[in-house]
Amino acid sequence: MAEAAIALRPPLIEGDKSIAQVTHDVCAPMEARPTALWWVALLISSSFLLLGAAAIAYQISVGVGTWGLNRTIGWAFDITNFVFWIGIGHAGTLISAILFLFRQRWRTSVNRAAEAMTIFAVMCAGIFPVIHTGRPWFAYWMFPYPNTRGSLWINFRSPLVWDFFAISTYFTVSAMFWFIGMLPDLATIRDRATAKWRRKLAGLFSLGWNGSYRAWQRYEVVYLMLAGLGTPLVISVHTIVSWDFATAVLPGWHATIFPPYFVAGAIFSGMAMVLTLMIIARKLMRLEDYITIRHIDRMCKLVITTSAIVGLSYGTEFFTALYSGSSYEQFVFLNRALGPLFWGYWTMVGCNVVVPQLLWFRRVRAYVPAVFAICILVNVGMWFERFIIIVTSLSRDFIPANWFHYAPTRVEVATLLGSFGLFFTLFLLFCRFIPVIAVAEVKGVLKYGKPPRESAHE
Amino acid sequence: MSKRLLVGVFESEDDTLAAIRASRQRGFKVVDVYAPYAVHGVEEAMGLSPSRLPWVVFALGVLGGGLKVWFEFWTTAVDWPLNVGGKPFNSLPAFVPVTFEVMVLFAAVGAVLSFFFVCGLYPAKRTVLPVAGVTDNRFAVVLEETDSTFEPAEVQKMFENFHAVHVEEQITGEAA
Repeated sequence: MAEAAIALRPPLIEGDKSIAQVTHDVCAPMEARPTALWWVALLISSSFLLLGAAAIAYQISVGVGTWGLNRTIGWAFDITNFVFWIGIGHAGTLISAILFLFRQRWRTSVNRAAEAMTIFAVMCAGIFPVIHTGRPWFAYWMFPYPNTRGSLWINFRSPLVWDFFAISTYFTVSAMFWFIGMLPDLATIRDRATAKWRRKLAGLFSLGWNGSYRAWQRYEVVYLMLAGLGTPLVISVHTIVSWDFATAVLPGWHATIFPPYFVAGAIFSGMAMVLTLMIIARKLMRLEDYITIRHIDRMCKLVITTSAIVGLSYGTEFFTALYSGSSYEQFVFLNRALGPLFWGYWTMVGCNVVVPQLLWFRRVRAYVPAVFAICILVNVGMWFERFIIIVTSLSRDFIPANWFHYAPTRVEVATLLGSFGLFFTLFLLFCRFIPVIAVAEVKGVLKYGKPPRESAHE
Repeated sequence: MSKRLLVGVFESEDDTLAAIRASRQRGFKVVDVYAPYAVHGVEEAMGLSPSRLPWVVFALGVLGGGLKVWFEFWTTAVDWPLNVGGKPFNSLPAFVPVTFEVMVLFAAVGAVLSFFFVCGLYPAKRTVLPVAGVTDNRFAVVLEETDSTFEPAEVQKMFENFHAVHVEEQITGEAA
């Protein structure tokens, strides 16, 4: 019986760990000195961050004229990066909230890092709309507050206002979810810390958590509530992002398929980014026993599923254009596939639909370098998806006299690189100062897939 | 008023659960249980009543959503009506997305704050652990020695039957 159970449900954590070993395995790398590899990675990512900071300082002082925008194309690189980063964040919420509601207990090894990724990605996304306002020091005008501008309120009918509310709620809820999940682990760090500063800092943030079951009971309830709220929230966020486009009357944007198409794309790109980060983190922090090949395998299956939805959406868009009989709609899609940006379109299809098909093979899913390469390509493809949707529709709309090209300037490219620098810098700091694995949750799944222990009593 | 407590320390969740059940069966008062992770079944074993937090979350969500609908209506249709593309001032369907977001925000922030409030958690609170290691790999069951019929030696033996690694008596000024 017991052997059959093990064959059906292999343990989630390898190496037959004891509870104390889990604490040790996750906390010890944080307490040791950082490795040379970590320093090198931090140096590279913070250099990019610095480049981005310089670019942002320059474009704020000079103006949005430093971008490659023109009167035809008023939205391009910044909004592409915004949608790209927001999408990346969504996989973190999928793992932390949706998989929690579905009782997928393998998520315990990856949810902490995935949620961290969500928060950092939303931070990166937030940069772009703020600098696109041109005068970011007036960004607070987005808040509906009584003011001296004739008590002029914000326009609640505008998708951009919806977006502002969606993103700020999403960031707040994700950050709280992350913190609540971290509370018991911060207490663990506090109680085993030898360095005084670490004990003080962990003591400040662990809020006096002592593992009392009266608190644990409510903790479980709050966690479930936040997961229940986070699930519709994450779907609403990318739905609203897609409405930024879908409520416009532009061919190629004005489509009812946009919300599910964008949500699937977001989870697709985010899952690829989670895998990228996990593959780096398990090597860097020696967590191969916790983030196993089986975890990678399951995440790969999510990648291929969402890839299929995205592929279907690409096809549906063409079918809708054909079936609509609208010559503008038909032109936009032919222009995407065969027009001046055809290479971007086929990069998108190649990376998002063709390459992930490799993941059907179990051997590919088990070969970590291949998974890593596929995930990088998926991220490239998903970036191009947003770029193609945004730029091709704008560059050739109804009147050919309006047609124009768009190419990013060096400032825009530097800002994009800077956002990657910010993302990886934050992630590397996270790996050093916060347990990368949800210690308390992993302890709860240690018995998973093990034969029940014979009790001497009862 | 000081209390005499008996703390049994265990190494596994099965032993802890069995010890809680046995203690309650014999009529002892289980003051609290400490665990490094949420163990399935402890709340039933302890006989804790279900948390009322979901009701708080529900009420706050309704409040947040309701307030937002009123606020959007008041700002766009009453206080400063503005013609935007000929749309009606009271564009209820267009108010749905922000209402939803604010509802979630109220419910989520309310859930977390009320959790901190009922559990008495706040930044830099002085931590009181019953025994060392309950945030690492130890489970503790705390019983109150309510009256003279409570025989510490006997209870200690019961705990040891469940592989308790350590049993100690504590006297506290207030509930642990």
